[in-house]
Amino acid sequence: MALLIDIVSWLLVVGGSLFYLIGGIGLYRMPDVFTRMHAHSVSETLGAGALFAGMLLQAGWSLVALKLVILFAVIIYTGPVATHAVARAARFAGVEPMLNSHKGAGGSKR
Amino acid sequence: MFTIAAIAIMIVHVLAVARALRGPTVFDRVLAANAIGGAAIMLLAVLGFLTGRPEFLDVGITYGMLNLIGTLAVLKFFRYGDLARSDEETVES
Repeated sequence: MALLIDIVSWLLVVGGSLFYLIGGIGLYRMPDVFTRMHAHSVSETLGAGALFAGMLLQAGWSLVALKLVILFAVIIYTGPVATHAVARAARFAGVEPMLNSHKGAGGSKR
Repeated sequence: MFTIAAIAIMIVHVLAVARALRGPTVFDRVLAANAIGGAAIMLLAVLGFLTGRPEFLDVGITYGMLNLIGTLAVLKFFRYGDLARSDEETVES
C-alpha cells in the first residue's frame, strides 16, 4: 500500500513539474502578452495542482496536508486575480492582442 | 523525485527572468514578476518537502498573498501614474 502511494505521488510530482516546465517555456516563447498569460496559467493550475497532489499523498493526514491545501487555495485564488489585472491593464493601455487579421501588432518576435 | 521538481521550477525561474528582461511591454515584466513569485512559492513548498521541514509552507502562503498585492500595486501605479491618488482628481485618460 505504501509502495502504491509512493509510485502515484512520484508520478504526480514528476508530471506536475513537467507541466510546470511546459508553462514556463510557453511563458517565454509565446509571441504576445495575452498568450503568455495563457501559458503561465497552465503552469499555475495544472503544474501546481499535480505537484500539490503528489505532496499531499506524501504528507498523508497531517497538519502539513492542511497547509498544502491552504497554499493551493491561495495560489488558485490569487493567480487568476493577478492575471485578470494584468490583462485588463494591458488592454486599457492599448496593447492589441495579436489576432491573425493584422499580423505583428504587439507581437515581439516574428 | 522532489529534486526533479526543484530543478524544473528553477528552470522556470530562469525562463521567467529571461521573459522579464526581454518583454517588450511593461505588462510582460509584471507577468514575469508574477510568474517568478509563483515559482518561488512552489520552490518553497518543494524544498520544504525535500529537507523535511514543513515550516516552509507557512512562508509560501504569506508570500502568495504578498505576490498578489505586489502585482496589483505595480499595475495600479502604471494605470494612474501614482499609488496614492486623491479623490477629487478625476480619471483623465
